[in-house]
Amino acid sequence: MGASYGKLMMWFFLLSDAFTFSSLLVTYGLIRSAHPAYSGTVDAFTFSTEYWPIPEKVFEAVPFLHGIELPLVFVGIMTFVLIMSSVTMVLAVEAGHRMDKKAVEKWMLWTLLGGITFLSCQAWEWTHFIVGTDTPTLVKDFVNGVAVTKPVTGANLSINQYGPQAFADFFFFITGFHGFHVFSGVLLNFLIFYNTFTGVYERRGSYEMVEKVGLYWHFVDLVWVFVFTFFYLV
Amino acid sequence: MAHIQEPQVTVLPPNKEKIKKLWRVAGILGIITAFEFLIAFTMAHGPLKTSIFVGMTIIKAAYIVGEFMHLRYESKVLLWAILIPLIFVVWMLVAFIYEGMKLSIINF
Repeated sequence: MGASYGKLMMWFFLLSDAFTFSSLLVTYGLIRSAHPAYSGTVDAFTFSTEYWPIPEKVFEAVPFLHGIELPLVFVGIMTFVLIMSSVTMVLAVEAGHRMDKKAVEKWMLWTLLGGITFLSCQAWEWTHFIVGTDTPTLVKDFVNGVAVTKPVTGANLSINQYGPQAFADFFFFITGFHGFHVFSGVLLNFLIFYNTFTGVYERRGSYEMVEKVGLYWHFVDLVWVFVFTFFYLV
Repeated sequence: MAHIQEPQVTVLPPNKEKIKKLWRVAGILGIITAFEFLIAFTMAHGPLKTSIFVGMTIIKAAYIVGEFMHLRYESKVLLWAILIPLIFVVWMLVAFIYEGMKLSIINF
């Protein structure tokens, strides 16, 4: 197919990974469309387990700005960070084609910085999601087989304040699976940086490994584009 | 005494045109994302808003896969080998959303 064995196999791995992510997102679509949607105005929205929450009301916090409603701003910053690290990755690939060791090192370091920044942002976002808002939501639950209504703040895999239980479960599974991919990507990028730094690719006479790991890194960015739309915007 | 021969490497100058093109793609991705934010806060929820978001996501995906992942410039066989299997995802999506809406009628 005109591509080297390694690149071809990376493409087919990414195709299978795309199927895994699509099954997660399609299941999200199934469960979401099987729940009632919120029908009132955006301003009057309150958390309830009766309907699916609107994401801009769930994800509205930004670090150091407690109590200020900034819908989707933080996730917008995360998107920007990931797209920028994709750009620096493709610049590293371009430098590799020119056998420019110094430039590959420089751009790989920027890419690593982007990946680590994204993971740190996600750690903060998860913490905020798990801890919850200042005011609790009343949630129906079973305690020792008895139905009770109790105030809940935050979320975990068995109870959550934001809406139907599946909402929190999907948040943890989808963003968690993506975050794990970013984490593996950062490790692979570090390996590439290390091998470039020690001159492995220069001695080999080819920087194709940068290209292969680059494909993986762009795929992680691509998945985020879809997660961003289907989880945070729609 | 072992002698390690230093590799003879010729470093080519940066391809200005290519780099400029990459930054332009990054700019397009940024503008589309900014536009998505604009839509998110100015339009009422509904099928039209969702279709705009899906359309823009596909445009962004096309730029990432085509330019950053270089698939546009690979052989056509590889391009179709990657794109055709994704038809199954579209099928799965349509089938399951339809199923979900039916479940919603039954359950609520």
